[in-house]
Amino acid sequence: MLRLHEYTYHRPGSVAEAARLLASHPGRARVIAGGTDLMPNMKHGLFTPEHVIALKQIGELHGIEERDGELVIGAAESLASVSRHPVVRAQFASLSQAAGSVAGPQLRNMGTIGGNLCLDTRCTYYNQTHFWRNALGYCLKKDGDVCHVTKVGRKCVAAHSADTAGVLMTLGAVADLESVNGARSVPVVDFFIADGIENTVREWNEIVTRVRIPLPSPRTRTAFQKVRQRGAIDFPLLNIAVVAQLGAALAIEDLRIVVSALGARPRVISGLDKVAVGRPLDEETTEAVAQRAFQQCHPLTNIIVDPDWRRAMVPVHVRRALTELAAGSVTAAE
Amino acid sequence: MRPEELRPRQAGSAIAPESLEELAGEGAGSMSVIGRRNRKVDGAGKVTGATVYTDDMALPGMLHGKILRSPHPHANILSIDTTRAEALPGVHAVLTGREMPVTYCVIPWTRDEYPLCVDRVRYIGDGVAAVAAVDEDTANRALRLIDVEYELLEPILEPERALDADAPQIHEAGKPGRNGNITKHVHLEFGDVDAALADSDVVVEDEYFFQGSSHTPIEPHCAIGLYDATGKLTVWSATQVPHYLHRELARVLDLDVARIRVVQPAVGGAFGGKSEPFDLEFCVAALSRKCGRPVKILYTREEVFYAHRGRHPMKMKYRTGASRDGRIRAVDGKLLLDGGAYASFGLVTAYYSGQLLTAPYKFDTYRFDSTRVYTNKPACGPKRGHGSVQPRFAFEVQLDQVAERLGIDPMELRRRNFIGERTRTINELRVTSNGFLQCLDAVERSSAWSDKFRRMPFGRGVGVAGSCYISGTNYPIYPNEMPQAAVQIQIERSGRVAVFTGASEIGQGSNSMVAYIAAEELGVPLEYVRVHSTDSDMTPVDLGAYSSRETFMVGNACLMAASDLRKRITAVIANEWDTAAAQVGLAAGWAFDLSDTERRIPISEAFNIAEAKLGTLAAVGHYNTPKDVHGEYRGGTIGASPAYSFTAHVAEVDVDVETGVVDVRKIWIAHDCGRALNPVLVEGQMEGSAYMGFGEALMEEQVFKDADHGRAGLHNAPSLLDYRIPTSMDTPELESLIIESLDPEGPYGAKEAGEGPLHPSIPAIANAIYDAIGVRMNAMPFSPPNVWRALQAGGAREAWERARRDMKRTEVAAD
Repeated sequence: MLRLHEYTYHRPGSVAEAARLLASHPGRARVIAGGTDLMPNMKHGLFTPEHVIALKQIGELHGIEERDGELVIGAAESLASVSRHPVVRAQFASLSQAAGSVAGPQLRNMGTIGGNLCLDTRCTYYNQTHFWRNALGYCLKKDGDVCHVTKVGRKCVAAHSADTAGVLMTLGAVADLESVNGARSVPVVDFFIADGIENTVREWNEIVTRVRIPLPSPRTRTAFQKVRQRGAIDFPLLNIAVVAQLGAALAIEDLRIVVSALGARPRVISGLDKVAVGRPLDEETTEAVAQRAFQQCHPLTNIIVDPDWRRAMVPVHVRRALTELAAGSVTAAE
Repeated sequence: MRPEELRPRQAGSAIAPESLEELAGEGAGSMSVIGRRNRKVDGAGKVTGATVYTDDMALPGMLHGKILRSPHPHANILSIDTTRAEALPGVHAVLTGREMPVTYCVIPWTRDEYPLCVDRVRYIGDGVAAVAAVDEDTANRALRLIDVEYELLEPILEPERALDADAPQIHEAGKPGRNGNITKHVHLEFGDVDAALADSDVVVEDEYFFQGSSHTPIEPHCAIGLYDATGKLTVWSATQVPHYLHRELARVLDLDVARIRVVQPAVGGAFGGKSEPFDLEFCVAALSRKCGRPVKILYTREEVFYAHRGRHPMKMKYRTGASRDGRIRAVDGKLLLDGGAYASFGLVTAYYSGQLLTAPYKFDTYRFDSTRVYTNKPACGPKRGHGSVQPRFAFEVQLDQVAERLGIDPMELRRRNFIGERTRTINELRVTSNGFLQCLDAVERSSAWSDKFRRMPFGRGVGVAGSCYISGTNYPIYPNEMPQAAVQIQIERSGRVAVFTGASEIGQGSNSMVAYIAAEELGVPLEYVRVHSTDSDMTPVDLGAYSSRETFMVGNACLMAASDLRKRITAVIANEWDTAAAQVGLAAGWAFDLSDTERRIPISEAFNIAEAKLGTLAAVGHYNTPKDVHGEYRGGTIGASPAYSFTAHVAEVDVDVETGVVDVRKIWIAHDCGRALNPVLVEGQMEGSAYMGFGEALMEEQVFKDADHGRAGLHNAPSLLDYRIPTSMDTPELESLIIESLDPEGPYGAKEAGEGPLHPSIPAIANAIYDAIGVRMNAMPFSPPNVWRALQAGGAREAWERARRDMKRTEVAAD
C-alpha cells in the first residue's frame, strides 16, 4: 500500500481558527475536507504539507438553505447531500446530476462541494506515484520543468476535472472565501485560470466557505452531460453544463454553456448571443451551438483517452444536452 | 453424539432422514451433495471478513521489506552502493542481486530471471535491491538511500523491432547466431494447408490484434519469510503454485528442499497472475536469512502491474479456407507474441496459441507459426485461458467473416464443423466428452437468435462464438512420473472428516470441491468436512491452480481416497447387518440399508464400528494423467489434456453510433463442464469469466508510454483508477446455461469451468458489433474512441446493409 508522509493534523472549531492556522504555516499547510482528492495526491507525493487542517467538523461550513433569493450551500456539505437536497433537485437539476455523478457513493459521502470546486487538476503525467514520476523525469506541474503534453509550453495543461464547477459557472454561482485578511466573494465564472499548476484564484491562505447560487426563474432550464469510461468512479473525459432561459415557443432569451475537463480552465462557450439568443431552440439552432462549441474546444493528451474523440464528443453532447433541455426531460440525480 | 446434531443445517445440502429413500434410488438423483447448490466451505469467512490473507498475518518481531525498482526500461547496472541505506536506523538488512545470482523460471527450460537484477535491468519496475526495516516508512526511506549507477541501453517496445537483425539483445542468445530476443518459435503443420487453401471455395484472410491485459486480482501479491534458528525456512505466500515456489526457493537460495516449508494462506484472487515465483518471495526468504527476523513484503498496486504476467499482446494473421457448404478446409495462422522482459510461461504460451484452436471445429488441415519475443516491458504470462483467448478472438471473428462470405448463419456454420465426441483433433489431441452442440443450441434458444441475427435495426446486433479449453495438462511443468494430484483423508471419531490437499484455493472453490466429494462419498454433512490445504509440511504435493486442472485431477484423487474409505466402511457395516456392501448407503449423516432405510445408524457410529474393526481410518488417493492422448511430434504433448470443456456465447449489443459506446445488453453463456459438482460455483465461474472477457473487450487498455509521450516503457496506467476494469454499473446481464456431457474420466463426469467460459466473450461481442453496425472490430479494445474511429472510416452502413441482403438471399435460396 502507498504510505502517507508524516504531518500534524489540526481540527479547528471555526473558520477563523482554521484561517489563522493556515496563515501561520505559509507553504507548509493544506486544508482538508472530504480528503478524496488530497489523500491520494499526498500518497503520490504530490503534496507533502507539514500541517493538514481539517474543515469538515466546522459547523459554519455546513447547511443548505434558501436565503435572500439565493441557495446558500456550506462548502463542507457533501456531494451526496448536495445532489439529494430537495431544492437542488427541484431547481437545479444539472447541479444535482453533476454532484451525483462524481466518483461513487462512498466518495460522494466524503467529498464536499467546496473540495470539488478546488479539486486539483489532473494529468496522466502527474497523477502517478513518486516512483513513476521519477522514471518519467517529473513534469512542469510538480518537481520538473517540462510539460510532456505540449513539450514546449510554459503553462501546465492538466485537466480541470471537477464535475460541479462548470454547472456552478452556468448557474451564476458565487464562491465566498475567507482568510485572516478578511472575506471576499468571487463569481465561480471568474474562479478558474488557465494554468494547471494552480488553476484557481484562491489565495494560498484562503478557505472557500460557501457557494451561493441565485434562485432560477420559472423560465430557467438546466442540463448536464458527463462523459466517462465507466458508469462510476471515473473522472470526467468531458463535461457539458447548460443553462437556458426559454420564453414562449422555446425562444432562447439567454444561453450559457460551459465545457470542462479538457484543459486547465473550464471553457465558457462564447458567441452564443450570435447563434442562439432570440432564436427558437430547434434543431438548427442546436446544431449551430454544437458547432460553435466544437470550434472552441481543443483537447490534448493530458488524459489517456484519444483527444480527437473527446473533441468529437463535444458537439454530440452539446446536442444531447440541448435536446433534453428543450424536451424538458432533464431530471435530478436519483 | 445425537443423530440430530449430525443433520445438515445448511439449506442447500439439507437431506432429511426421510429423504434417504430418494437417495437409495438409482442415477444422478441419488447423490446427496454432488450436483446440489451447496455453499462454499470458506464463504462465511470471506463475507464476514474473518478470512486471514497473507497480509493479515503478523509474526512476532516481523520486519517490513521493500524492493528498489529500476526507473529505466533497459540498462546495465554499473554499481550498487547500499552503505547509506544500511546505516539508516531501523534498517536490518539490505540485499542485492549479487547475493542470489541464480536464475529461475517456472518453466525449467527458460530460466532467465534473477530474483533481483544482477547486471542488467530489462523493464521499468525490474527489481534491483531489497531492504528489511522496522516499518514500511523506514524501508521506503532506505530505498532512496541506495545508489545505483546505470548505463542506459536502447529499449525495445515493439515486438517487430525485437526481430530485427540489428536489434539490441535483451537476453543473450542460447546459441551463437541466434536472435536472443526470441523466447520461442513454434511452427507446426498438419496436412497440406497450401493445397487445401488452393482447393477451397472461399478463403478469408485478415489481421487481428489483441492488446494484452492484466489479471487485477483484488489482493496484491504478499509474502512472509521466516528463516528460524534451526535453519528451517517457512514462506507464506499469496501464490497459486506453492509447489513450484517450494522447488525454486530451494534452488535459488541453495537450501535443502526438506528444510523449506511453503504455506499458501487464503488468496484474494489470482487468475494466473500468481502462478509462478516472484521476486518478493525470494526476497523475504533471503532477507530473513540475513537478519534472523520474519520479513513481510506486500506489493503496492503499482508493483502488481509491473510484476504483471498478464495476457500476451498478439498480432495475428489468419487465413481460413472453406468449402461452399461451410466446411473448414484449412486454417493458417501466423502469430507474433509480445512477451515483455522475461520468459515466464512464454514457451508454453507460444504452443498454446496454436495447439488449442483445433476444437470444437474439425479442421481438414492446419498450420500455425508462433513467435514469442522479448521486449522491455513487464513480462507477460498466463491469464485465465492461457495463450488461447487471443487466437480464439481472431479465429471466431474470422469464422464470422467466412459465414458472411458464404451466406450461412454463423450459428449453423459452427454446427456444420462440429468435431464430435470421442475423437482426435487434427493435431492429435484426444477429445472425450463434447457437449458443444448442446451449448450452441442453448445459447441460440435462450437468446432468441433467429429473431435477432441480421434482423435488428442499425445499432443493435447479436454475435456468437464458441471455444474449447483444457481440464489440466497431461504433463507436469518439470518432467516426472509421479502423480499430478494427491489427497489424504482422515476420519475422526466424532464423525469429522479431515481432507488434506495441496490444491491451491484461490477463490475458485477447490477447497469446497474436495469437501463436496468427501461428504458425498462418506455420508457426512458438509460442515463435518474440514479441508486443510496448501501447507507443504502437512499436505500432499499438488502442482497448483493453473490450466484448470484442480477439479479434474484433485477431484479424482479425492474421489479415490474417499471411495476407498467408503468401501472399507460399508464392508464392515454390511458384515454387521448381514447384507452386501453395495446395500449400505452413507449419506446425510447416516449409514443406512438401501433396501430398508428405516435400518440406519448415525454415521459417527458407523465410523466407530469400522475403526474398531479396521484400525485408524485414513486413506490416500492420487491421480495421474493418461500419457497416450497426444501427437507423437515435438511439442505434441503441450495442450494435451485428459478432457476438454466447451463453451458458446451469444452477446447482444447496442451501439451508440454517434459516440462509439458499445452497450452490451446481455451475454448468454453455455458451458459444457461435464458435470456441475456444484451448479452455483460453476455459474459463478461462467459469469466471472464472461465478465472478465467483457472487460478486456471493452475497457482494459494495456498501454505503455513511448519516447514521444513522456518515457519509453512507462506503464500508462498502473492503478485501478486508470486501468479500467468494469464496475457493477457496467457489467451486462449474464445468463449461465450449464451443459453436462458427463466425461468418462472426470470425477462424477466433471470437467473444467474456470477458464473455458471466458474465451468466446470477446469474439461474440466483436461479432455482435458487426451485426449491429457493419464494422469489424479486429483490434481490441472496442472502446468508444476505437469504435468511433472505425465508424469514421466510412462504409459501415453499406456493409451492414450488404450483410442483411446476403442473409436474405440465402434464406430465399434455402426456401
